[in-house]
Amino acid sequence: MSMPAKIATREAYGRALARLGEENLDIVVLDADLSKSTKTEIFAKQFPDRFFDMGVAEQNMMGTAAGLALSGKIPFVSSFAVFATGRAFEQTRNSIAYPALNVKIAASHAGISVGEDGASHQSVEDIALMRVLPHMTVIVPADARETEQAVRAAAGIQGPVYLRLGRLSIPVLYGEDYVFRPGRANILREGPDVTIAATGLMVWEALQAADRLQAEGIKPTVLNISTIKPLDAETLAAAAARTHAVVTAEEHSVIGGLGSAVAEVLAERCPVPMRRVGLADTFGESGRPDELLRKYGLTAEHIVSAVREVMARR
Amino acid sequence: MSEDLAALAERARVIRRHIVRMITRAGSGHPGGSLSAADIVTTLYFHELRLDPRRPDWPERDRFILSKGHAAPVLYAALAERGFFPVEELDTLRQLGSRLQGHPDLRKLPGVEMSTGSLGQGLAVGNGMALAARLDGRDSRVYVLLGDGEVEEGMVWEAAMASSHYRLDNLVAMLDHNRLQIDGPVAEVMSPEPLAEKWRAFGWHVLPIDGHDFSQIVAALTRARSLKGRPTMIVCETVKGKGVSFMENQVEWHGTAPKEEELARALEELEGKSDVYAG
Repeated sequence: MSMPAKIATREAYGRALARLGEENLDIVVLDADLSKSTKTEIFAKQFPDRFFDMGVAEQNMMGTAAGLALSGKIPFVSSFAVFATGRAFEQTRNSIAYPALNVKIAASHAGISVGEDGASHQSVEDIALMRVLPHMTVIVPADARETEQAVRAAAGIQGPVYLRLGRLSIPVLYGEDYVFRPGRANILREGPDVTIAATGLMVWEALQAADRLQAEGIKPTVLNISTIKPLDAETLAAAAARTHAVVTAEEHSVIGGLGSAVAEVLAERCPVPMRRVGLADTFGESGRPDELLRKYGLTAEHIVSAVREVMARR
Repeated sequence: MSEDLAALAERARVIRRHIVRMITRAGSGHPGGSLSAADIVTTLYFHELRLDPRRPDWPERDRFILSKGHAAPVLYAALAERGFFPVEELDTLRQLGSRLQGHPDLRKLPGVEMSTGSLGQGLAVGNGMALAARLDGRDSRVYVLLGDGEVEEGMVWEAAMASSHYRLDNLVAMLDHNRLQIDGPVAEVMSPEPLAEKWRAFGWHVLPIDGHDFSQIVAALTRARSLKGRPTMIVCETVKGKGVSFMENQVEWHGTAPKEEELARALEELEGKSDVYAG
């Protein structure tokens, strides 16, 4: 596969949000002094009346979004993932998720690919925090094209949605004909030997890993689990039943994220040997994104060795 | 609905009777802060708020958020008296399957504008409602009732900053300044004083009143309508447990249900000339 264009999912979010704002006058956007980084500034410039900078005050931002939703608006609330999900967690729990309000939390700078800013700004726990909340939908797009569609889909879902976005420019792996379906895993490769279930920027790494494995005669199934909640248990269980081995890959702690979600489903429905590629219960640090992804075990190579290990246990 | 002062006093008496009775029936709940807020909430529901109980989701309505959600009994009593649901349902408070949850749940009970209970969150939600009203060109007004222990929450001040920054003059906050919180006097636990000065410093109009004097409550709410460019905070001096002598200013009654014998004494004190609403 030749190297495709690279676009950050936050960039795709900003553009998609502005386009959505043109069509749907109920869309309002809130940001906590990070609109240049989260890319909500594109919307802000186009629709200043429907953009509210709430300052460095995420708790009030979540409550304000709840009030806007209760008045029929569709608020998109943006900040970095650490702050959007952690700083205002209990506000999201009690004022958004519990009353099932129509608030879309679109957080950028998720994961260690934030890079040089270091661990304080690298969210490795946001998927866990959001998916534990009743009523919450959790979507982690794998590229810019999926992000565009996920933004539109999020607006159409009645209820709270968490959209996890990244800072780093990543390959656009989907073509124009791709159709994102919320709640459905996207099957990128079908093979009988092993299932690689990935999310976010790890989907690209999973495809690279699949290429290497195929060169060795191992034929993997590759799933893009872009909706982590509700999880596509059918597709996952079917793939596990067919391949008898599963590797998950995520730019998130292996505790509570995609790996946990998949393990929960498979333990009950189709227990097979499994390995979780992700952050091993650790925070990140400063460094270039590529250095960090390598150091913390989030590359195609790491997926390949996890596949070998899990296949040996079949 | 705009009841006169005598009718408001009578209505508040009935609401207090509901409060002590439903908490006794439930066997748990928060009488002190429900009773201190009774005159404020009565004035809102029977004098101030533009509402239609037959259309709880009428877009043009005014909104009331009970940010101090543990005072749910006063809200439920007012909503029932106002006709949002049958008064008899008050006796189901806190029971399994009841629409009257321990703290208000907007998905369960008509008339509840926001699910509250976790302190400090209501004003932010009021900000969102006030911004939405402005965006839509509605003249709906938004009212938020806060406790004086509640304002120890940092989020309240984030919200206060934002209401003022966005010049939300369609937003009125009211402070139930009863000076007691669970662990003791607010002044001893964690003093947020001077409160009027703090709200002023955050850019609010501040109107200090006696929160048990209906003429003052009505006058302040009327004045708040004419104050433009900034939100208004009405600091209501109140007495925790107001109306039941043995509960007044007693911190023990923050979150304790009366026993049947105590209920009988409370109802005796809250008896009126005509007991038409007593139920």
